[in-house]
Amino acid sequence: MTSWLAAHRRACSGTLARLLRAPLASLFNIAVIGTALALPLGFYVVLASLQGLARDYSPQPQLSLFLAPEASAAEARAIGERLKARSGISASRFVPRAAALETLKARTGLDDIIAGLPGNPLPDAWVVTAAGADAATLDGLRGEFRQWPKVAEVHVDSDWARRLDQLLGLGRHAVLLLATALAFALVAVTFNTIRLQILTQRDEIEVAKLIGATDGWIRRPFLYFGAITGTAGGAAAWLMVWAVLALFNDRLQPLAALYGLPLQLAHLDAGDSLTLLVFAAALGWFGAWLSVRRHLGAYNPR
Amino acid sequence: MSQIALSNVSKRYPGGHEALNGVSLAIETGEMVFITGHSGAGKSTLLKLIAAIERPTSGSVVVNGQNVGSLRARGIPFLRRNFGLVFQDHKLLFERSVFDNVMLPLDITGFDRREGARRARAALDKVGLLHKEKARPITLSGGEQQRLCIARAIVHRPSILLADEPTGNLDAGYAADIGELFRDFNRVGVTVVLATHDTQLAARLQPRQVEIRGGRVHHD
Repeated sequence: MTSWLAAHRRACSGTLARLLRAPLASLFNIAVIGTALALPLGFYVVLASLQGLARDYSPQPQLSLFLAPEASAAEARAIGERLKARSGISASRFVPRAAALETLKARTGLDDIIAGLPGNPLPDAWVVTAAGADAATLDGLRGEFRQWPKVAEVHVDSDWARRLDQLLGLGRHAVLLLATALAFALVAVTFNTIRLQILTQRDEIEVAKLIGATDGWIRRPFLYFGAITGTAGGAAAWLMVWAVLALFNDRLQPLAALYGLPLQLAHLDAGDSLTLLVFAAALGWFGAWLSVRRHLGAYNPR
Repeated sequence: MSQIALSNVSKRYPGGHEALNGVSLAIETGEMVFITGHSGAGKSTLLKLIAAIERPTSGSVVVNGQNVGSLRARGIPFLRRNFGLVFQDHKLLFERSVFDNVMLPLDITGFDRREGARRARAALDKVGLLHKEKARPITLSGGEQQRLCIARAIVHRPSILLADEPTGNLDAGYAADIGELFRDFNRVGVTVVLATHDTQLAARLQPRQVEIRGGRVHHD
């Protein structure tokens, strides 16, 4: 067991030493892998930020029930009771017409125009948060509330969020496809690199076989090489995306501020970063494994 | 039971060339045997069959009680660890230092690194190359390269030393040195099987001689 571990440690450190012996070649290799990973990673980061935005703006699916102008306070309360009794609703909040007008004044700065109005044109409203977020539930609730007495109009506030969500779903799909294509690229890059290494180390492999090396022993440094370059490529991709975000966020903020959106592209969190590195290592290892399987078998010493 | 036993072994290469034809040979533990004969007589093939580098077309090759011909691919590395192999072309690794070349068999078997280094130095000392442990093999003379190859072959203390024309490219002085090394290993109980047509070496060491002629044992 200890000798097995020692053999692995030796293969690993030997591989690192080999990488450092040809720093430029290693660097280019890692850069290729890094770029291949940075592309889908960048898209993923942008999507994740937009998704966060969509979630913040529709934390729960909300419906607004606008009451008829002639509805009395008692009738408004009755609707409140009815909402409380109804299952499938997680919260409801009454917005009296006066409060709504104040909010409108404060938000839009249309004080002058509002002051010129003969009365408050806004109705009382109940803002309802549904327990489910899917379109069918919300449509069902809207249809039901419309039938209630003194309810003039029902708005589903999360329509735009749903549209965005659909768009983001499409984006996620595109990222997945891109990531798959580039994962292939990563495997191919490693495959070829290992093939060249096997060619240049032909003598070494032959001698090792002659003096009793197992296939596992011969394979090990190549597999480590694949995993290590994969991991380094993943780290390179992480750094590239980090650099792009740092530059991009500075530009993005003034633009987002114009729209009143707190849009800030966030980098991967620790868990996602770890996943990226593990994924990159696994792809590198896999490319190396394929290559070794394909090319080492042919080497039988004469 | 003999340590190495060939019975009625034939080897035909793809293309039809018949290198060995019905060879039977038994080698006991601790023997020193010279396989002699003209080049092309089948000496190298015989060694390759013993080391499982080639498989016999028919007949059986048994080493330490294991039938080499029917050994599965997985078992071959472990069989080879019984041997020390010395090649005419040395098969040294020129990217590694002299010391690392000798360490290779120990690395392969997962030997403890510190104990391994001690053994590697002992092997280098034995062949008179300890002072060159940091050198690259390319800087060594032909005789030194052959001695390095021998150090690598004995560092893991094999029970059988197989050498194919170990003095083939060397002048007489170097060849005599190498011969003395083989005699020393044989004296401590290592079975030595040497394929050679170096008659001077045979005259000096007085080993058992097996002459192969036309793929058959001509004289034992």
